[in-house]
Amino acid sequence: MKKKRYLGSAFIRLLCGLCASLTAGALALLVGYILLTGVPHLSASLFSPVYTSENVSLLPALFNTLILTLVSLAVAAPLGVGGAIYLAEYAHRQSKLVKAVRLTAETLCGIPSILYGLFGMMVFVLTLRWGYSLLGGGMTLAVMILPLILRTTEEALLSVPDSYREGSFGLGAGKLRTVVRIVLPSAKGGIAAGLILSIGRVVGETAALIYTAGTVADFPDGLMASGRTLAVHMYVLSGEGLHVGEASATAVTLLAIVAGMNALSALLIQKSAKGENHGKNHR
Amino acid sequence: MEKIIVENLNLYYDGAQALKSVNLRIEANRVTALIGPSGCGKSTLLKTLNRMNDLVPGCRMTGRVLLDGQNILEANTDVNQLRKRVGMVFQKPNPFPMSVYDNVAYGPRTHGVRGRARLDDLVERSLRSAAIWDELKDRLHKSAMALSGGQQQRLCMARALAVEPEVLLMDEPTSALDPISTGKIEDLVAQLKQRYTIVMVTHNMQQALRVSDFTSFFLLGEQVETGETERLFSSPQDKRTEDYITGRFG
Amino acid sequence: MRVQWKEKAMRCVFGAAACACILAVLLICFFLFANGLPFFEQVPVLDFLSGEVWRPSSGQFGILPMILGSVYVTAGALILGAPLGILTAVYLARFCSKRMYAVLKPAISLLAGIPSVVYGFFGLTVIVPAVRETLGGFGSSMLAASLLLALMILPTVVLQAEAALRAVPENYYEGSLALGATREASVFRTVVPAAKSGLLAAVILALGRAVGETMAVMMVAGNQARMPSGLLSGIRTLTVNIVMEMGYATDLHRQALMATGVALFVFILLINLLFSALKQKGVKP
Repeated sequence: MKKKRYLGSAFIRLLCGLCASLTAGALALLVGYILLTGVPHLSASLFSPVYTSENVSLLPALFNTLILTLVSLAVAAPLGVGGAIYLAEYAHRQSKLVKAVRLTAETLCGIPSILYGLFGMMVFVLTLRWGYSLLGGGMTLAVMILPLILRTTEEALLSVPDSYREGSFGLGAGKLRTVVRIVLPSAKGGIAAGLILSIGRVVGETAALIYTAGTVADFPDGLMASGRTLAVHMYVLSGEGLHVGEASATAVTLLAIVAGMNALSALLIQKSAKGENHGKNHR
Repeated sequence: MEKIIVENLNLYYDGAQALKSVNLRIEANRVTALIGPSGCGKSTLLKTLNRMNDLVPGCRMTGRVLLDGQNILEANTDVNQLRKRVGMVFQKPNPFPMSVYDNVAYGPRTHGVRGRARLDDLVERSLRSAAIWDELKDRLHKSAMALSGGQQQRLCMARALAVEPEVLLMDEPTSALDPISTGKIEDLVAQLKQRYTIVMVTHNMQQALRVSDFTSFFLLGEQVETGETERLFSSPQDKRTEDYITGRFG
Repeated sequence: MRVQWKEKAMRCVFGAAACACILAVLLICFFLFANGLPFFEQVPVLDFLSGEVWRPSSGQFGILPMILGSVYVTAGALILGAPLGILTAVYLARFCSKRMYAVLKPAISLLAGIPSVVYGFFGLTVIVPAVRETLGGFGSSMLAASLLLALMILPTVVLQAEAALRAVPENYYEGSLALGATREASVFRTVVPAAKSGLLAAVILALGRAVGETMAVMMVAGNQARMPSGLLSGIRTLTVNIVMEMGYATDLHRQALMATGVALFVFILLINLLFSALKQKGVKP
């Protein structure tokens, strides 16, 4: 049989390839531009321990980012992981509570960060009278990342084979011991991946922080002090228009942190998926 | 002497009846095999004996299961203590993703055994009882996931023995193993019955013939015939038993 | 029975943690509505939604320009980004070599995580000047915002659409191949239609992202609070309206911004509802 030519098919294929290369090209342009303009401005003064409006040091912002990450994780991680344990290990699949939690978690996922910022401002800044503070910003972000932690942890727990649980129950272990000693250790890779992913979210957030944590550029005196994170710092810099090079360098730093976090998260997921292949049993 | 007596046991999954008024006596220090086509309820019965069925949502039971004269189906039974007395080995080897040592020590630790020396001793005794000490004594602190399937299953038996149970339930323990590993497990079962009461579900009738003292044949959730293994296989009294046995032997 | 007691206590603790999400949504609703709704005692809802003038200093609070701004910018982003994203997803899921995939997939996942300020900075320093130089005007415009948002939603569309395409059973595709159709025809006649609701869900998710995006849009859109008058004119979205003026707004003006938040929230809830309805439909083909 002679091979027939399919012009239409070839065209479609070309079109898909073209779109993919356009996507890849646009993204390469974005990352390439940031790197090209930013890396030359990565100078020592940018990491100076003392902030001045001349050197626009990002060190305080980096520190604030760390504090904010710790605060939001300290609040959201226990709630998210604990809630996921309840959903995956205790609750009946079809119960009303599970449905309500799913629905609300999905809703939270879709709410834009500016609304979280508005919410945080109304609750922490105004109602509780904390003013602009790292604590308020951290709490706001905690609410924002809660559904993410909940969902990733629940997935990690559900991917633990039931045979582990049966094995533990079969030896006379109770629910709590089974969860703490068998299920959680088996799922720790996936749980860590979710937590790291949410760190990436915190590091990149701006809109939710401007009216909760504020924009003070220096090291904070404490949790109740205002402070800008790296992303907010970057926003302020690029808005001023005076330090475009430094803004670019800050973008590189931000990009490196976020990309590093996401890559680490993906790696952990991959690793834990591999680890499970050994014991992939079922009822 | 009977270790376990099942009286008029009915079991329903979401309303569908999986066991129909089952009566069965299980002798102490003997191996009792439960045979029958898949879906006949033999595994379900096994899981009733240590209340593992509690984990299945929508499972409901009536009747009595007496362990040393105590009805274990009563609501106030401490299922964790029950499962300590009635250990279980599963169809597929299911070691925990931790070291060999921690796998075996998991049960004793659960039940409050503390102290390095006691645990060391218990782990060694259990692994010896499961005839796997010599193979594993140099890799006690390596991951159990790296063992072969047969070794994993014997490790799971050691793990079950480490809580010093009285009864050992085995749910097709060799179905996922090669013939050589199967042989080792069967030898082990023959040794273990001196100290434990063993109930084994098997789909392999030669295995039942080789290792068990008593055999009980199940069909569609009913206990059809029970008796000494030799007798049941040589002269089955029920037509259905005979059909099943001869059908398989060709 | 101390152990029993501990089991029960921990069960309650975990259950309480699970309720945190419900509590969060209730609190958000409560605070938004409690702060936003009183505004409507001063200004009727319809006037607020259909008013064409936003001049807080003279007490004129019409958010129609911002609503239209959000709608136009989002529509522009979807028109540009959705087809591009879906065709890219088709390429990734069906036509791409393994090696190519190993490069493209992580790259696109990486882009999904890039902070919006970085996108905004890129828009400000690359897209805005490019628009200004090629088409004239100030550059900060509806077009720039749409272009930037299209870029931002691309990773979301690609990743979600690819997952939807991969969820289609392989035998649909094979069945079509066995009838003598080419690979391309099989993909577009069987796989893509079967993944239809999943693809739509991907677009809706991206829609939600685009409507909610704030910082990046603010950096490139010009942000004039007036009725949009063309691709090259500056516009302001709902999100930008909140973030730009919240810093100094007081009294009725602040309430008006809260009310803008309520309007945005309602929009987002509707989009979410649509998304979960489609996702559920996608589960059972």
